[in-house]
Amino acid sequence: MHDSHKFKIPMGPQHPALKEPESFSIALKGEKILGVEIRLGYNHRGIEKACEERSYIQDIYLIERVCGICSHSHSTCFIQAVEEIACLQIPERAKYIRTLIGELERIHSHLLWLGVAGHEIGFDTLLMYTWRDREVVMDLLAELTGNRVNYAINTIGGVRRDVSEQQALDVLKAVDILEERTKYYIGIATTETSIIKRLLGVGVLSHEDALRLDAVGPTARASGVTRDVRRDDPYAAYGSLSFDVITDNHNDVYGRTLVRVKELLESFKIIRQVIKDMPAGPLSVKAPRKIPAGEALSRYEAPRGEDMHYIKSNGTEKPERVKVRAPTLANVQAVKHMLKDRYLADMPIVIAAIDPCFSCTDRLISVDYLDTNRKQIIKWQDLHAYSIAWHRRHGIDFTKLNKETRGAGF
Amino acid sequence: MKPGRMMHQVLHSLFKKPATNLYPYEKLEMAGKIRGKLKFYPQKCIGCKLCMRDCPSGAITIKKTGEKQFEAEIDLGKCIYCAQCVDVCPKGALEFTQDIELAELDGAKLKVVFRNGPQDSPQEKTS
Ligand code: SF4
Ligand code: SF4
Repeated sequence: MHDSHKFKIPMGPQHPALKEPESFSIALKGEKILGVEIRLGYNHRGIEKACEERSYIQDIYLIERVCGICSHSHSTCFIQAVEEIACLQIPERAKYIRTLIGELERIHSHLLWLGVAGHEIGFDTLLMYTWRDREVVMDLLAELTGNRVNYAINTIGGVRRDVSEQQALDVLKAVDILEERTKYYIGIATTETSIIKRLLGVGVLSHEDALRLDAVGPTARASGVTRDVRRDDPYAAYGSLSFDVITDNHNDVYGRTLVRVKELLESFKIIRQVIKDMPAGPLSVKAPRKIPAGEALSRYEAPRGEDMHYIKSNGTEKPERVKVRAPTLANVQAVKHMLKDRYLADMPIVIAAIDPCFSCTDRLISVDYLDTNRKQIIKWQDLHAYSIAWHRRHGIDFTKLNKETRGAGF
Repeated sequence: MKPGRMMHQVLHSLFKKPATNLYPYEKLEMAGKIRGKLKFYPQKCIGCKLCMRDCPSGAITIKKTGEKQFEAEIDLGKCIYCAQCVDVCPKGALEFTQDIELAELDGAKLKVVFRNGPQDSPQEKTS
């Protein structure tokens, strides 16, 4: 790509490397990004409308499928709103179990992100390590809930499964293993020069911009915004647990990495308290089939940031209106800002750094040469390779590190 | 990265058995009660159809086949293995098993019918 050309690159709506369909149209001059246009809505699945056509009980399982990774986040957020309208007080034990599953979900999501971030910058050993460790928590979730994803542990009025004493011990054992490994990742992230050089100063979002653009979750917290629904508006059992809200002042992808790995440690802390303090008692209260008329807004700190559900009921078995605002929607404007005047080679990691939920089908990028009307097709793999080669030319090379660490493990 | 720090990991991996296993010859046991294929007990069913009403994906159909005789057809392709039907059934006529290897090349085989057999034992048939 020659410096004098101006291009417009459509990226998405679907990408094999990113996990939720969003469409970016990127204007380039040479390698520099002039501007980014975001077109939302390609993969509009009509879930909100579908929820209005189904009963509250059926909706739990549908809303859980808004996102595979944050399935517990969405179902808890939805159910909290329903319970508020129906004035249901759920048992304490159910609150603790919801918290436990929520934190295990955060661990699997953050480990997944760390691997994806490693892959996007060409440090694939990190991907292998973190995804191997993620299996520990996936197995645990399967054991506790009956499924690896879409746990279906929530029901209106409580939870559907208990945590046995043996399972509680298994959780503690797994947390010990994961804590040791997380400390190792923190060691890598804070001492490994290739990583620091590659991530520092990339995808900058200043504190003011994070506030102005309403960024949420680790994206906001890495710009020094101390915002976390778990502390600001406690739900489930968070009100009676002690944990820190991790923030960082690097304002860039490096900061976002640090926030996520340190949040893992907080999650371990929370889980240990949950297991220790979990009160005995019933798992759920009986919920009516018909939810009385009313409306409620519920907030939940999903791994990617604040998730919000609004529900309006009309006294029947089906909701009248369901509205979902997932965290990626709040962060996507910040991405636009982060990419401006940056290099194309940074795009994959900057987009990956908000941990977006994109779907995974599109394998093509078509490049329009704005000044010559020529068209060229670039596959995502090519862009990935281009990004790695570009940085290799600029002195950041993971080949040696990959080789050194290959085969190494715990 | 300091070579010293990596060393103990390298050695550890060297003497560890491979992480992969030879599926399908070796099967991994899933801990806990995984929600798999459903089982239906026709003798217990009273035909209230609450399961049909609550099923999020319309995967289960209860049919009356005679006086107090019911059969269930479960479409494994539609079922999302949520076990809501198991929770709602007042008579315990439904149960989930740990059978999770349900992939089929022939779509018709995904429709499973449970009906009363000769000695009142449930029979499973793919239609
Ligand atoms: S809910 Fe149970 S008893 Fe009622 S129709 Fe379904 S299987 Fe039969
Ligand atoms: S497990 Fe869920 S999807 Fe399958 S038949 Fe029962 S209610 Fe329907």
